[in-house]
Amino acid sequence: MRKLTRRAALAVGASGVALTVVGWGSDARAAAKEAADEVAKFTGGKTAEQGKISIELPEIAENGNTVPLTVSVNAPMTADNYVSDVLVVSEGNPNPGMITFHFTPLSGKAEAQTRIRLAATQNIVVVAKTSGGQFYIGQKQVKVTIGGCGG
Amino acid sequence: MAEKPRLKLPKEAKKGDIIEIKTLIPHIMESGQRKDKDGKTIPRKIINKFTAEFNGKPVFSATIEPAVAANPYLQFTAKVEESGTFKFSWTDDDGTVTTAEEQITVA
Repeated sequence: MRKLTRRAALAVGASGVALTVVGWGSDARAAAKEAADEVAKFTGGKTAEQGKISIELPEIAENGNTVPLTVSVNAPMTADNYVSDVLVVSEGNPNPGMITFHFTPLSGKAEAQTRIRLAATQNIVVVAKTSGGQFYIGQKQVKVTIGGCGG
Repeated sequence: MAEKPRLKLPKEAKKGDIIEIKTLIPHIMESGQRKDKDGKTIPRKIINKFTAEFNGKPVFSATIEPAVAANPYLQFTAKVEESGTFKFSWTDDDGTVTTAEEQITVA
C-alpha cells in the first residue's frame, strides 16, 4: 500500500536524524521552560489543580512519527459547568504546543483522541479549563525509540 | 490535497445518547522542521484547525500544531437530542477549507 511505502521512507529519514534528536536532548531544560510558559499563558497565571485528567499514551513509542494519545477529563459537562478547553503541551519537541481541544456541553464528554509526533522521550502535560474558570493539570512520560519530527 | 476526509459515526441513536465520532483527513502535515536534500527548510503546511457542528451549534473543535501526525485523526463524542446534520471542517495553512457532512436520525 501507498501508506506503507511512505512509512518506510519516513523511518529511513528518521534514522538519519538520530544525531539531531540527541542535540535536542541537551535543550531539554529549555524545552521544559517553554512548556511551562505555554501552560502559564493558557491559565493566565492561575494555579492548576493536580488531578481529574487521564492521559493514555503508550509507555514506549517505537516510532515517534505517530503516537496515539487519548485525553479525558473527569468533570461534569452541563450547560452551566463544563470543560471548555484542554491544552496538550510537549516538554521535548521543537515547539511546546501540540493541540488544543475545545469542548461544549454538546460534546457530552470531555474526551478526545488524536495521533501526535514525538521528537524524543519526554513528558506530555495536559491542562484543562472549565467554563467556571478552574484549571486542572496532569502529566505523563512517554519513551520514544525513534523521534518523529523530520530532519 | 483535495482527498476526501473519512468519517465514522452512527446513522441512528436514541435521544440523549453520547455517540462517538471518528474523523481523518489525508494530509502531509509538513511540520516546518524538516530539511530537503540541499539543507533548505521545507515550509510548514498543516491543517491548523478542525471544527464539528451539529445543526449549526458547535460541538467540538481543535487548534492543531505541527506536533499532530500526518493524516490528522480526531476522535471525540457528541450528545444528540434531535435528528440532524453534523458538519465538519478542516482548515489548511494555505486557507483552503475542506468540509464534510453526515446525517443522524435520533429517535
